[in-house]
Amino acid sequence: MPCGLALGNLLSMTDLLVADHIHKKYGDYTALNDLSIAVPKGSIFGLLGPNGAGKTTLIRIINQITMPDTGTVFLDGEPLDQKHIINIGYMPEERGLYKSMKVGEQVIYLARLKGLTKAEAKERSTYWFERLGMMSWWNKKIQELSKGQAQKVQFIVTVLHKPKLLIFDEPFSGFDPINASLIKDEILKLRDDGATILFSTHRMESVEQMCDHIALMHKSNKILDGRLVDIKRAYRTNTFEIGLETADDSLSSLQLLQTDVFNSIPSTWELHEAHFKTINENDLKIEVKIPEDLKPNELLNFLASKGTINHFVEVVPTVNDIFIQTINAN
Amino acid sequence: MGALGLIIRREYKARVSNRSFIIMTFLSPLIVVGMIMLITYLTQLNQAGKQTIVVVDESGMFYKEFENTENIDYLDLSPAGLEVAKAEVEDNSYFGLLYIPKNIKKNTSGVVFFGNEAPGISTLESIEEQIQTKITNEKLLDRGVDLDLIDESKTLVSINIEDFQGERTSKISSWIKAGFGGGAGYLLMMFIIIYGNMVMRSVIEEKTNRIIEVIISSVKPFKLMMGKIMGTTLAGITQFMIWLIIGGGLLTFLTLYLGLDATAPSTPVGNMATTDLDKIELIVLDILNLPLLKLAGFFLIYFIGGYFLYSSIYAAIGAAVDSETDTQQFMLPIIMPLMLAIYVGFFAVIENPDGSVATLFSMIPLTSPIVMLMRIPFGVVWWQLALSVSILVASFIFTVWFGSKIYRVGILMYGKKPTYKEILKWIKY
Repeated sequence: MPCGLALGNLLSMTDLLVADHIHKKYGDYTALNDLSIAVPKGSIFGLLGPNGAGKTTLIRIINQITMPDTGTVFLDGEPLDQKHIINIGYMPEERGLYKSMKVGEQVIYLARLKGLTKAEAKERSTYWFERLGMMSWWNKKIQELSKGQAQKVQFIVTVLHKPKLLIFDEPFSGFDPINASLIKDEILKLRDDGATILFSTHRMESVEQMCDHIALMHKSNKILDGRLVDIKRAYRTNTFEIGLETADDSLSSLQLLQTDVFNSIPSTWELHEAHFKTINENDLKIEVKIPEDLKPNELLNFLASKGTINHFVEVVPTVNDIFIQTINAN
Repeated sequence: MGALGLIIRREYKARVSNRSFIIMTFLSPLIVVGMIMLITYLTQLNQAGKQTIVVVDESGMFYKEFENTENIDYLDLSPAGLEVAKAEVEDNSYFGLLYIPKNIKKNTSGVVFFGNEAPGISTLESIEEQIQTKITNEKLLDRGVDLDLIDESKTLVSINIEDFQGERTSKISSWIKAGFGGGAGYLLMMFIIIYGNMVMRSVIEEKTNRIIEVIISSVKPFKLMMGKIMGTTLAGITQFMIWLIIGGGLLTFLTLYLGLDATAPSTPVGNMATTDLDKIELIVLDILNLPLLKLAGFFLIYFIGGYFLYSSIYAAIGAAVDSETDTQQFMLPIIMPLMLAIYVGFFAVIENPDGSVATLFSMIPLTSPIVMLMRIPFGVVWWQLALSVSILVASFIFTVWFGSKIYRVGILMYGKKPTYKEILKWIKY
């Protein structure tokens, strides 16, 4: 599972960012309703929810772009203040740079606005430009770059001042697969170096692979949050996906095996057909849900008596499944 | 360097290195000077051809009285008689014929000018004046008056007007003051329109570039707005200076080397009397008598106050819309008070600087910078100045606050064209 925790994270479980009972109204419209989240130090935190759930409003409050009506945001235990600006790096969903300004000049300007000195800004931007092989863009204008190239510049602007907290709003939209994986690796490296990362996205699957913690938002409310593994555990159904080989990979023996399994399976187990790919043509593919007090080994024992097992995977609910389930439950 | 300094510097650099800004900076003075030169040249071309006017003087009084000028030759054909002279004019295609009847001294209405084209007003006036003077002098001599005595007794009187604070004015200086005030007010209006628009465009640019969210996660929107206004103002001052230097230099150069006198279009009257010299001396004295230091000080106060007042409105408008085409509906509240101020200035203030209309409009903050600038040269009571400046400062602070509120919310709003009602709602966000 890629959602494992870094070792340093286990040692200090304090929270870098805490939003405490945030309430925000725009006129009659409630954008955030009594929302609280806690982002542990060194974690990758996914803020998930459909469009209009209030993710961007929350992020803008964390960035001190808008002020909450009530509630407080704490960074490293202190109420959010002007001085924390240098500790936060933010890449908005709508990417943007000055089109007619030179790339290098622009990166240095934006870094200095964050509070870096000119020398620091120069040094660090040179480091990043060399690292990502962008040195030749230094004197170009943004309008001369491709969209993907401009996105890379934007990424550098976000991380240049070595912020403790990195906020990415829809981080991978607009990147081609190669650059998306490059940026993903860079983000993971930043996390390993001690940064805490907050993702906001409505594409649940893209961030599911990276994050340790998630919070689900829906219609201005938080409906679920916690460590991803805990959430998945809570939503597990003890369902397994199984592939059984037949003796000669023929259709007739598949039918024989199927009847055998269907007839001999205990009545408390739920059995469905399943769809996945194996290397044989006529494997029996099924999904079995066993009672909660039963161990998977019992299922394995039963299956082993029927044929050769070539596929055995627990069906873990995706964040998307959990999300839909939670909304329906509410 | 603080964030504000950084923003001002970037804004200044961005404005100044903008291609159309550079082109406008260097082309505008060339165009304006070129226009002035063209008009001057055309005017001179108009007068260039020498005109010959034939004189038939039956009275005999004006023999050799008409002196040839730069543009007109007088040809005396009195002995030939009117009919022959008329034929002569047509044959040689002279400009015209001036006929003075015999009993001119008793009946002055008999003077006629024959010609295909009517002569210019200045030519006619010059001829009329010469005839008038001659006849007047003749009549005076007839009654035994010594002409030298009259010349000696001629005096020029100019009433000096002084108020109870010791401020002196005179009739001529009223016009100078109107010129000073009008110039200052007009300059301010031009500055507001040109550079206020520039602020607005720059805000829209940041919004459509979508860089705004990155910037305001680093600095407060208020700082960004002030930085943009100040940066653009500095760029504007730079442009104005360059215009002054290039324009002034070009005018001087062309006047000196090409002999085109653009600064004072030539008056065909020619000989300047001593009274004119006295007038010029009075004008110079009047200019020196103006409270120049006070004028400059208040010019700065009203210029800065008025300009910032308007540019924060411009910035707020820029923040509220998505593109320049959407700004039209919000332009009226800016242009209206500006136009009103200029009209009030040019009609009410010059007519009566201390009248109730002029006083009222020099208090209303949106018009006071222009109207008060026009009133100041005429002298304004101190409490009115104090009140007007206080109102201006208060409303300046209010507008910047109000503008930054709209700005703060507006820069993050995309998609729909906002209405006035909606913008008012933003204040509460």
